[in-house]
Amino acid sequence: MIPTDPKAVVIGASAGALEALTSILPTLSGDFRLPIMVVVHIPPDKRSVLAELFRAKSSIEVIEVEDKEPIRPATAYFAPPDYHLLVEDQRTLGLTNEEPVLFSRPSIDVLFESAADVYGAAVVAVLLTGANHDGARGVFAIARAGGHVIIQDPQTAFAASMPEAGLALCPDATVLSLDGISEYLRRIG
Amino acid sequence: MIETFEKVEDIEIRLLLEALYLRYHYDFRNYATGSIKRRLRQAREQLGFSTISAMQERALHDETMLPRLLGYLTVQVSEMFRDPGYFRAIREIVVPHLRTYPSLKIWIAGCSGGEELYSLVILFREEGLEDRTIFYATDINQDALQIAEAGVYDVDRIQLFTENHRKSGGRSSLSDYYSAGYGRVSFDRTLRDRVVFSDHSLVTDAVFGEMNLISCRNVMIYFDKVLQDRAVGLFRDSLARKGFLGIGAKESLRFSAHADDFSEFVRQEKIYQRIGK
Repeated sequence: MIPTDPKAVVIGASAGALEALTSILPTLSGDFRLPIMVVVHIPPDKRSVLAELFRAKSSIEVIEVEDKEPIRPATAYFAPPDYHLLVEDQRTLGLTNEEPVLFSRPSIDVLFESAADVYGAAVVAVLLTGANHDGARGVFAIARAGGHVIIQDPQTAFAASMPEAGLALCPDATVLSLDGISEYLRRIG
Repeated sequence: MIETFEKVEDIEIRLLLEALYLRYHYDFRNYATGSIKRRLRQAREQLGFSTISAMQERALHDETMLPRLLGYLTVQVSEMFRDPGYFRAIREIVVPHLRTYPSLKIWIAGCSGGEELYSLVILFREEGLEDRTIFYATDINQDALQIAEAGVYDVDRIQLFTENHRKSGGRSSLSDYYSAGYGRVSFDRTLRDRVVFSDHSLVTDAVFGEMNLISCRNVMIYFDKVLQDRAVGLFRDSLARKGFLGIGAKESLRFSAHADDFSEFVRQEKIYQRIGK
């Protein structure tokens, strides 16, 4: 259940994301070594304050991604509003303007599928609360590539449909509460 | 170890891109892998091929495949006055500099369906600079260039365009520039009087003029770093002394090999100025 040599963590969240991420990111200590890529569904026309907000609360570095941002350890990367976030290779993140996926840009599926392509088995994907089905194809791709999938227990999620849709496509995923996810990440990172 | 071999799909993608280059001289070989992979998978599914190699075979032997593939490989997403703050900065901070020149050349690189082109032409008309300006609108996609040249858009997009135009500090009403009918709006033909439309590739083509402002937004995000460096170098060499380069809101020259040739002119809106020379 613990991947041998994870190189990155990807996280997707929608409705209830702020509270869920607050139980995770600020609990990681400064010596957490992995990069974390995060997609949260946010309205396209707004300047996002997520990165600023979590930077103030967290010991790891937190930034909003610009195109071709280098991937560094101990850093959380937030997708900016109205752009998809993709892992280009093990050193670089990319953004695109392609059409929304399941009405979402950024899309969790797009991030997770690109992470599966680049990292294969060496990635941990975390699908959190949400009121839609984004991320389900993504966790499927991660699992198929041999990566590890963690899904927030729908019973404890603010909105259950996203974790439920993820579990439907990825029934072998590890199901954890937010505290469990935080503890898991602290162990692997 | 199996991991040391390239995945079959990655090989197929490389071969297809090579085929498109050798057969048609469209060079996507240095496009950003993440998104090119997504779009080729989409093309394969939607065009009904079992593999990317099968799609490659068709592309080599059947010319009608090219425009269809280009539809997937070039992303056409734009809106008029997208990111109004960018156009406000052009209007309020860049235009006062441009006013000091007797004639101006503006290049909209990767103009797609023309939304950004018409935004700039309207802005320049509002600021009284249109008559001394030549606008070069270039793209690699012929279909997109035709749409840009026609200047006809779905009427349901106009509300957003109008709102953006207002937020950008527009001095007139956008409705002054188009007529509506049959669910479409058609932009005033005179907006094209000062525009040269041309097929030009940032990947394979060269400098063609000395520009005062180059606007190239959300085009280079589809390039890998090698190709981005080529494009930014091309822009540098195409800019007049103290000329301006505007890029997308989430793009940056920070990671470019040519970062030192530019200064941040309006940092927040990603408008740079060519230094030195």
